[in-house]
Amino acid sequence: MSDENNVGEDNETVTGIEAPIYLKYNFTAGAAASRFLTRIKEGVLTGQRCPRCSQVYIPPRGSCAACGVPTEEEVELADKATVESFTIVSIPIPGNPIEPPFVVANLVPDGANISVIHLLSECDNAEVHIGQRVQAVWKPQEEWGYALDNIRYFKPLDEPDVPVERIGKLPVTGLEG
Amino acid sequence: MGQSNMKEIAIVAYQQSDCVSDAGAANEVELIIPVLGKVFEQVGITNAQDVDFVCSGSCDYLQGAAFAFVMGVDALGAVPPIKESHVEMDAAWALYESMLKIRMGHAESALIYGFGKSSPGELPNVLSQQLDPYYLAPLWVDTISLAAMQARLMLDQGLITERDMAEVVARSRRNAQGNPHAQLGGDVSAEDVLAQQTYVSPLRKADICPVSDGASAVVIATVEKAREWGVPYAVISGIDHCIETHNLGVRDLTDSISTRRAAANAGVGDGRVDVAELYAPFSHQEIILSRALELGEDTRVNPSGGVLAGNLMMASGLSRIGEVFNRIVAGEAQRGVAHATSGPCLQHNLVTVLEKGETA
Repeated sequence: MSDENNVGEDNETVTGIEAPIYLKYNFTAGAAASRFLTRIKEGVLTGQRCPRCSQVYIPPRGSCAACGVPTEEEVELADKATVESFTIVSIPIPGNPIEPPFVVANLVPDGANISVIHLLSECDNAEVHIGQRVQAVWKPQEEWGYALDNIRYFKPLDEPDVPVERIGKLPVTGLEG
Repeated sequence: MGQSNMKEIAIVAYQQSDCVSDAGAANEVELIIPVLGKVFEQVGITNAQDVDFVCSGSCDYLQGAAFAFVMGVDALGAVPPIKESHVEMDAAWALYESMLKIRMGHAESALIYGFGKSSPGELPNVLSQQLDPYYLAPLWVDTISLAAMQARLMLDQGLITERDMAEVVARSRRNAQGNPHAQLGGDVSAEDVLAQQTYVSPLRKADICPVSDGASAVVIATVEKAREWGVPYAVISGIDHCIETHNLGVRDLTDSISTRRAAANAGVGDGRVDVAELYAPFSHQEIILSRALELGEDTRVNPSGGVLAGNLMMASGLSRIGEVFNRIVAGEAQRGVAHATSGPCLQHNLVTVLEKGETA
C-alpha cells in the first residue's frame, strides 16, 4: 500500500460504521399461493392445472412455468405421493431442529405432475427408493396454519412401487385409479 | 447509438397494465402475465419461445421480496430454456441491453418487461437506500425531500414559478383522462393545484407522482423481422444514456446535463419532435427535462398524462417508449422522444428517439 492510501499515524483505520436498515412491508403471498395456503390450512392439498399442457402444479404460482400461461383451474389432490428422488442428509444444518440423518425427497402427490420437496420419516433410510409410495402425516388439526409444514413428514405406504415412467402421471385416486 | 451501417431496430408491440394504488394479493407473475399475453397477441406469437432474447427490469426492494425477478421467469414459458437477462433498473435499460444483443447479431427480436409492486413498502424511504451507503443512506433522505430541495433551488433562482409547476400537473391530469391505464386523471386547473396545501415544501401532493403497482411490456425486433411479422412498427433511430455523480452537492440540480448529453448522442435535435413522453416523477422535473431536450411549442409533452398520473417504478421508463410508439403507429406523430430516469433528482437519464418506419 502506498503512503497516500494510509490514514496516517494519528488516525484509526475504520472497519465498520453503524447504519441500521429497517424497512417495513405489507407482505402478500400472491393470489395463487393465497388459495393454496388457505386450503392447506383446512388440511387439503390443491394444485393448478395448465390450460395448455394440462400439467398440474403444486404448490401453484398462478402460471405454467413451461408454457407461460395463467393457471386458474384448481385441482384437489390426494395426500398420497410417490418418491421421485431423495437424498439422505447426514450433516446437521445450522438452525434446523431435525436430527441427522434424515431423508429429503422429491414427492409427486397423486393427481399432480410436478414434485414438491418434503421430509420422509418412520422409515428405514436404507430402504427408501424411487417409486416408493408414501402418505402425509399431518400435525394435529389445531396446529394447522398457512404452511406446508402442516404436514410433519411423509411415511411409507404398503403399496406396490410405481414404475419410473408412471411417476408424476397418477390420477388423484392413486395407483389403482 | 446511431443507426449507420447497422440493422434498424423497431418497437413492434407495447402494453401497460392499469396503474393501481394497491394491486392486492397479486404477485409478480400475476402482474406480468396479462401484459405479456397482450404483446404476444399484438405480434401474433405464443410466448417467449418465439423471441430470441428476454430482458426485464425490476427491483426487489420495492415489494421486499427477495429474487422476485426470478419468479417472474415463470411468466415466460421457459421450457425449453430461453436466453434471459435482468437489470435492477427501469426496464427502459433492459430495452437498451436488448438493443445491444440485437446489434451484436445474437438476436433478431426481444421481449422486454418491467414490473413494480411498490405498495407493500414506504416507497420514498425504500428509495433512500439507493443513495451513497456511507453518508446519505444512513440519514434516510427520502426521494420527495430531495426533489423538494431541487424545486426550491429553481424557485429561488427564478427559473420556475409555482404556477409553472401547477400547470404541469393540470395538463397531466387532463391528458390522463384519455388514458384508460392512468391512476389520476381529471379536469383539474392550475388554480385547483395552487389551492392545495404544501406537503413537503415547496411541493404539493399533486406535484409528486403517486405510488402505483403494475407492469408493462414491449417487443422489439429488426425491421426485417417486423416486416416478416407484418405488424406496425416505429424505428428506434437513436438511444443513449448518461449518469451523473452520486454527490448531489456537485451537480447542477436546476438542469439535467446528463439528459442534454444523451439527447445529443441520440440525435433528438436532428428533426422535428412531434411528441415527447418524459419520466418526470415531480412536476418541476418535467420543466427541467423539456428544457434539457430543447422541446418547443410544437411538441406535445406527455399526452398519456406521464408519471404524475401513475408511476410504475421499474416500468414507467419503458412505458414512455411504448407511449411514443403508440402515437406513431396511430398516425398522431411522425417522430417522438421518450425519456427514462433513475436515481435521485434525475441522476441517470436515457433518451430514445422513435420515428415512423418507411412502410409502417
